[in-house]
Amino acid sequence: MDFFAGSLISGLQLGSIYALIAIGYSIVYGILRLINFAHGDLLMVATYGAWILIARGLSLPFAVIGSVLITVAFGLVIERAAYRPLRDAGEEATLITSLAVSIFLQNLFLMVFTPKNRAFALPGFFSEKLVLGGAGSITITNMSIVIFVVTGGLIAAVSLIIKKTRLGIAMRACAENSTAAKLMGVNLNAVVVFAFVVGSALAAVAGVLYSGQYVSFNPSMGFMIGIKAFAAAVIGGIGSFAGAAAGGVLLGVLEILFACYLPEGAGVYQTAFVFLVLIVVLLFKPNGLFGAAEGRRS
Amino acid sequence: MAKALFANPLFKFLAVVAAPVAALLYIYIGVAEYYQIVVVMFMINVILTASLNITNGFAGIFSMGQAGFMGIGAYAGSLLTMTAELKFSRIPGIPAWLAEAHLPFIPALVAAGLAGAAVAVVFGFPVLRAKGHYLAVMTLGMIIIIKAVLDNNAHLTNGAKGISGMERFSTLPMVFAVMIVSLFVLHRMTKSAFGRSMAAIRSDADAAASLGINATKYRMTAFVVSAFFGAVGGSLWAHLQQTIAPSLFYFKESFSILEMSVLGGMGTLSGAFPGAAIVTFLPQFLANAENGFRVFGFTVPALNGLSNIVMSVIFILVIIRWRGGVMRSSEYIVDAMFGRDTWAGLLRKETYVDFWNILREGLFKNNNPHRLEEKSKQEEKDHEKENR
Repeated sequence: MDFFAGSLISGLQLGSIYALIAIGYSIVYGILRLINFAHGDLLMVATYGAWILIARGLSLPFAVIGSVLITVAFGLVIERAAYRPLRDAGEEATLITSLAVSIFLQNLFLMVFTPKNRAFALPGFFSEKLVLGGAGSITITNMSIVIFVVTGGLIAAVSLIIKKTRLGIAMRACAENSTAAKLMGVNLNAVVVFAFVVGSALAAVAGVLYSGQYVSFNPSMGFMIGIKAFAAAVIGGIGSFAGAAAGGVLLGVLEILFACYLPEGAGVYQTAFVFLVLIVVLLFKPNGLFGAAEGRRS
Repeated sequence: MAKALFANPLFKFLAVVAAPVAALLYIYIGVAEYYQIVVVMFMINVILTASLNITNGFAGIFSMGQAGFMGIGAYAGSLLTMTAELKFSRIPGIPAWLAEAHLPFIPALVAAGLAGAAVAVVFGFPVLRAKGHYLAVMTLGMIIIIKAVLDNNAHLTNGAKGISGMERFSTLPMVFAVMIVSLFVLHRMTKSAFGRSMAAIRSDADAAASLGINATKYRMTAFVVSAFFGAVGGSLWAHLQQTIAPSLFYFKESFSILEMSVLGGMGTLSGAFPGAAIVTFLPQFLANAENGFRVFGFTVPALNGLSNIVMSVIFILVIIRWRGGVMRSSEYIVDAMFGRDTWAGLLRKETYVDFWNILREGLFKNNNPHRLEEKSKQEEKDHEKENR
């Protein structure tokens, strides 16, 4: 039972991180019908940003804020330079452009920082363990608690923003029908910028949390995580905020449980498993678990 | 004048058939081996790109998984051409039936293609039910699954360490022949009723369906054909590089092929040529820069990954500005290579006469008797107007 609890906690941890990234994917997709493959790489950008700032002597909170700002800056530049000119292009053009941007980011950081694996060292406080539960003493590190608290808080905050603020409502309007929204006076460009800001900020926090938990980082880390988070967003129903969060958590849990419980040798199929889940889900629910049936846009 | 020139069959023959063949002959005989290898890579890339254009451009199936089929073809082809002793020594634990299986190179190539096609059939059923982005992501998943399978069946594939030691069967003449045959087959396909149906489906799947065109059947066929040639390309690649590993057939390679496809023009087979040319040859020029160089006494350090950065920037610019790629929708190159117009035109006298006329007009423009006549007539008219 402890093993299961431990695995579950690991899974929820990973799932929370996926959820943060998946929400970013969903928000941008909802408005622009754009799958931003570079989103995962923003996670990597945030990690390097935080690492540099900490090395320069900034205290942790400021380093995190700094890395968020850096990541948002990258996200905005990408939007302006690569995606805005393609605003009216078809799905495929934006898809492959986002792939190109992802490759560009990875190689840029590869060039500057070399492919070396580095360690992201957080203060000892985070690795202290807390003991829960009775006879079986389930331990949980402070880092895990931080991940849960931060993720929960952010999801709640973004959810509030989307539901109550004007910009949030404008975002949902654009996601539903951008032409009508524009006719109602919504500035599409401003909404898109806002979506990228929110998405990038979430990805940045996810990056810091991920590296804090798993320690090792290199320029290519973002892409794989991004792809899995994207799979999570699709499983949950892309374009749906709740779906992204749920999909992220679900996928994280499934992935870790799969790795922990299946026999030897099958564990290395972990990543493939994620995609198998994706393919299976899409076979039965083509719009994801929570997605509304999307009519074909002519 | 240019338009008339490009339409002339003799020009087509010279530009697209004679000149390249002559160049290839020269390269084969006279040039250092390293450069020969680059040229062979280019031709393999043409095959791979053309195969991707079938799905992405013609059938409207946006696949990013070509590297997976490449890998299947590479492994299948290599396992079939390697001798039993070689296999026993390189792949510990290999089952006897696999070790004994042996075919000469060309049948092995076809078998590799069929292996790729078979995998495409398996993946095609779930993957082709999706459209647009979802399909693209599923093809990414396909690459991941294929790599996981290759990595984890060490008794068949030697796992992540890969296999080396296959013979270099991919010589320049061999690859050239395979390329010509492949392009010919693909060309005939696109010009046939099959090709037209695919174009109809791509344009408007609903209208095509209302005319009785079974979209699923055509899309599956396109997917399988593309996988066949992708696998053939992979097997050729394996027999050029003489070493293969699952990590060599992953996202980076898939994206490379996609780059070639988009840069050259996704909707045409001819686009494979400029696309493959840019992606194969440009990094060669940038390779020197990657190792650092001195300019004006200022040392630029080794720039790892520079060619990738440059390629991705070029790629983004091309998509934004010239989305059709180099060829747009023109099938000029392939049509010139295989078209009846070219070859039949060589048998007609007018072709040569026209060619000579066009050349003469172009080269001797100022002394052209027609132009001189027109000029003097124009001058006469001007005089008349002034005198009135």
